[in-house]
Amino acid sequence: MALEKPYADVPGTVIFDADQARKGYHLNQFCLSLMQAPNRERFRSDERAYLDEWPMSEEQKRAVLARDWNRMIELGGNVYFLSKLFSTDGKSFQYVAAMMTGMTQEAYAQMMLNGGRSPEGQRRIGEPARDER
Amino acid sequence: MARITAGVTTSHVPAIGAALDLGKSGDAYWSPVFAGYDFSKRWIAAASPDVVILVYNDHASAFSLDIVPTFALGCAERFQPADEGWGPRPVPVVEGHPELATHLAQSVIQQDFDLTVCYRMDVDHGLTVPLSLLFGQPQAWPVRVIPLPVNVVLYPPPSGRRCFELGKALRRAVESFDADLDVQVWGTGGMSHQLQGARAGLINQVWDNRWLDRLITDPEGLSRMPHIEYVREAGSEGIELVMWLIMRGALSAEVDVVHRFYHVPASNTAVGHLILEDRGPSATAGGLVS
Repeated sequence: MALEKPYADVPGTVIFDADQARKGYHLNQFCLSLMQAPNRERFRSDERAYLDEWPMSEEQKRAVLARDWNRMIELGGNVYFLSKLFSTDGKSFQYVAAMMTGMTQEAYAQMMLNGGRSPEGQRRIGEPARDER
Repeated sequence: MARITAGVTTSHVPAIGAALDLGKSGDAYWSPVFAGYDFSKRWIAAASPDVVILVYNDHASAFSLDIVPTFALGCAERFQPADEGWGPRPVPVVEGHPELATHLAQSVIQQDFDLTVCYRMDVDHGLTVPLSLLFGQPQAWPVRVIPLPVNVVLYPPPSGRRCFELGKALRRAVESFDADLDVQVWGTGGMSHQLQGARAGLINQVWDNRWLDRLITDPEGLSRMPHIEYVREAGSEGIELVMWLIMRGALSAEVDVVHRFYHVPASNTAVGHLILEDRGPSATAGGLVS
């Protein structure tokens, strides 16, 4: 029997469940390896060679090299694991969140100062937006 | 006899730790966040608890994908701040309370909560940011801390119900410990936030504030809220709020709200913060109110 996924209709969201975790195991473990300074150094000096030490899919490696955060999440990455990669790059959660929404960090930061993204129209795929804040 | 005197809840946004560590807490962006904790610093100095049971989630720092415990308990002498990719936070080592922790583990396991016992575990921003918010930047943390990490990263996290019941079990465990200790339980994480995908940046102020009201007055009912409601209303990372129910379960049904703070934004997140004093027979009466 397949896993029950009541969250499948939430727009713009990938819930990190057992299927995602299985798919992303090596991608996520690669990210965790960057918690050690010597590994960060080795990764920075030759990203491709470092990635080739991990049994990740070619798609996952390309997504890492391109810093395509949404793609990494689709391929089983979880943002807290990925945070070790963007911290290695000197980037913040806010920078990466902005990238994932397709906004500039400045526009995203302003949206947050204005109270954040409204949940209206964001609860279910197809839900009409009721108001604009 | 040990007793639970109060509960604290707070968000544990990593950017708050970074702002403090980099000396930016007085900036226009950050000062309204830190101002919400001015009262809390005075209150904790006066309350001076012996031990904090600190409920938080590990953000892929101590636990890799090799082992994902639903509930774990830190029973070590001390816990090192984790290197999360930019070097460890410049904060003191966290001193544990192995005697009480070992007792808690035995007691709650015998109350049917099968938690994982940890003797070596680094602690990340989930645990150290709340300590910084309440205690500032001391040379050493003025309290012993028992870390209680909860899995809220890999679906499914424990239900709100299970968390609330664990809080009750912790209270029974504390009250059966044979030493004179003032113990607080802190629940951390939340409030509404989403850190992934096209929906990142979601904030729901109306829902958050209603949730805070219910945590105070109707925790039993609130504990039945299903996981999917958190995801839809408070964002995929808003599920961290179930950890606050562990704190609430550890307190008596009636509590005194001595402080309440809510602010948007801190980076991607709505910040919520409560201080609740226990009204149970063992609670200390009086004290500061904000």
